[in-house]
Amino acid sequence: MIKDMNRNLLRLILVLPIALFSCGGGGSASSEEAAEETNSTALLIEKPQLTFGFIKLTDMAPLAIAKELGYFEEEGLFVTIEAQSNWKNVLDRVIDGQLDGSHMLAGQPIAAGAGFGRQAELITPFSMDLNGNGITVSNEVWSKMKPNVPVDDSGKTIHPIKADALAPVISEYKNSGKPFKMGMVFPVSTHNYEIRYWLAAAGINPGFYTAENIQGQVDADVLLSVTPPPQMPATLEAGTIYGYCVGEPWNQQAVFKGIGVPVTTNYDIWQNNPEKVFVMTKKFVDQYPNTAKAVTKALIRAAKWLDTPGNRPEAVGILSMPEYVGADSVVIANSMTGTFEFEKGDKRSMPDFNVFYRYHATYPFYSDGIWFLTQMRRWGQIPESKPEEWYHETIKKIYRPDIWKEAADMLVAEGKIPAEDIPATDGYKPSTTSFIDSNPFDGKNAISYINSFDIGNKN
Amino acid sequence: MKEKSIKTLKFVGLGFLEPLIRLINKEEPRKNATLFFKKALLPALSICTFLFIWYAGSSALYISEATDRIEKARTEQGDTAAEEMRACIVSGDISCQPNTLPSPSQVLTSLKTLWKDHQEISEKKAAFKEKVASTNKQRKAQGLAPITYTGRPSFLDQIGTSLKTVAAGCLLAMLIAVPIGIIIGLSEPLRTAFNWLIQIFRPVSPVVWLLLVFMIVKTVITDPDLDKSFIISFISVGLCAMWATLINTSMGVSTVDKDFVNVGKVLKLNVGQNIFKIVLPASLPMIFTGLRITVSVAWMVLIAIELLAQSPGLGSFVWEEFQNGANDSNAKIIVAMFIIGIIGFLLDRIMLTVQNFMTFNKGAV
Repeated sequence: MIKDMNRNLLRLILVLPIALFSCGGGGSASSEEAAEETNSTALLIEKPQLTFGFIKLTDMAPLAIAKELGYFEEEGLFVTIEAQSNWKNVLDRVIDGQLDGSHMLAGQPIAAGAGFGRQAELITPFSMDLNGNGITVSNEVWSKMKPNVPVDDSGKTIHPIKADALAPVISEYKNSGKPFKMGMVFPVSTHNYEIRYWLAAAGINPGFYTAENIQGQVDADVLLSVTPPPQMPATLEAGTIYGYCVGEPWNQQAVFKGIGVPVTTNYDIWQNNPEKVFVMTKKFVDQYPNTAKAVTKALIRAAKWLDTPGNRPEAVGILSMPEYVGADSVVIANSMTGTFEFEKGDKRSMPDFNVFYRYHATYPFYSDGIWFLTQMRRWGQIPESKPEEWYHETIKKIYRPDIWKEAADMLVAEGKIPAEDIPATDGYKPSTTSFIDSNPFDGKNAISYINSFDIGNKN
Repeated sequence: MKEKSIKTLKFVGLGFLEPLIRLINKEEPRKNATLFFKKALLPALSICTFLFIWYAGSSALYISEATDRIEKARTEQGDTAAEEMRACIVSGDISCQPNTLPSPSQVLTSLKTLWKDHQEISEKKAAFKEKVASTNKQRKAQGLAPITYTGRPSFLDQIGTSLKTVAAGCLLAMLIAVPIGIIIGLSEPLRTAFNWLIQIFRPVSPVVWLLLVFMIVKTVITDPDLDKSFIISFISVGLCAMWATLINTSMGVSTVDKDFVNVGKVLKLNVGQNIFKIVLPASLPMIFTGLRITVSVAWMVLIAIELLAQSPGLGSFVWEEFQNGANDSNAKIIVAMFIIGIIGFLLDRIMLTVQNFMTFNKGAV
């Protein structure tokens, strides 16, 4: 029986290059040679037909690439990729089993396991990218904010721009009786924590969550509310919000349409922060362990391809197809090819704005997950104090570097990635101060990190 | 031959072509020419006027947005930037094109793109089928479900999904509304008892129906292999659309001609015979008027429901294109708008034809 299945797989792998050719797939040459090498370690796939979800953001790229370049099919997986309308919907559909897995906000599986929002056992074997978000304000706010921003000799603004420049604008709005409203994409999204971090670092209170009030606007100087990413530019244009924190291409879209100005990126708020993750349910992983591993393998290869120099323009072409991100390729190219446009015409080089593979980006580090837990506690989404061990136990249930490791080991054995791409780590990154306020973070000391902030709940 | 074709045309709702046929046959040329002008040429003229207004409107919007952009570049970055912007807009570079109401020609281009896209996807599907043929054979032998196409559905596939959803929804509406309508139509007390329910639920928005159905279906159907989004959307469509049929059926049944009812009494028909031989035939015209409204309501609410239920039909097509925000997205949305309108019109015509066919009093509506 097992032998039979293996033969199927082998045959499938042999058929692949031909089929890819007939599709005229962009990367057929590279997948062809790859297919020749694949033989010894083919997994027994329990569930070959899969449906994955995503939200229209450029950081879904590993999924699109793994599909378009045939990495999924080389692993014996037949994957349909479906755009979803919002993050809540993504979470529900994964938990209810309508989707086998999905592109998700790093905070979503963590919140689902830590007691905020809908609870479920979700697993992250693969971290999709680093950085990639920006904070954009409306033209009006920018014109008031710009005089407060320091400039260099040539009159160009000096980055990173801190929220200190925004503080007087917020008080001006407040004094004239207008609450200052900004958008973020989801209560447990990286964007929410990033925009809060950025504001709070300048002494602006972004508001707290309490057990009774889950709007996150208790004591707030800035009212943050949820808007789905693709609707951000339209909402800003309509004047419902004065600024937002969102992933690409929706910051560049604002510059393009001339409706807003990106002021900072999350690279400046926290260097090389994890952004999206790939999530499956624990049930799925337990039931179909080989399938989960095969998916991880395909995604790691896609991420590697994305960070191989020279491949980004082709990736932009794939992402601009209507079934993926669908925005104009010029818009996507702005952030995907190592540049970021702030004010119209102020295009700066940002080689690390979108990282998919370098710096071990795909490895699900416990310390990254713990940062999210500390922010959930800081802003009151986790309403009560928890002991230090709770943070580590919780994250180890959700982040599963063991699956990543097995998948990566197989790729090394197949010669698809070099052995040095597997980090020698216990799952915790070393302590770092690369935040906008230089506050040191060590994943092993969650409690003392939580207590180190001026604005925020303390333990 | 001639009379027959006129009859058929009238029957399917293309009666406005009647004068043309009579004209061709040189029958009362004066009268028929006037009639043809009234019935066919005037609508054609109005379509032309509509296209012209659309064209003029879209160019005006285009120019207004282009001027805005140039002026904005001038005030913010000076004259050279304004000139650059003007040159960029004139050159047709998509990075600076105004993104407003698309013109008729842009919409036509998008229609062609969508058609080409459909052909490409069909080719891909065929290639995929060939590729997985051997795998599927083995899967079948092992009693496993075959691998199905993993790519994106084309625009035509999406129309197909939408039609399927509407058909299933209307069938559901009919199966619920007609029997209940007959029962409450036959009994005055029941009608009074249920009236408040109907009056409260009838105006409920499609979105709320969807959420309600979602709550229930999510719990009832746990098998992940079933296409839940399709089930949710067709049930919601059915629930939104069934009210017209329900009300019309109960009205029709309750107002059956007294003479017919008396005939039934004289013949001592039992309940079943009474319903099928007298009540139903007599109330068919009303039931079909209701069904016709049901179909058009179903088609109208479908788009909103598909959009929220993530069912891969026209609704999600429109929403995805809106989210894409690419240069040709607006034009694609307008294409979808026309397709939706035309299909809605055709569905209504089909229902009218069926209605004419089923009722005694032909051509009344």
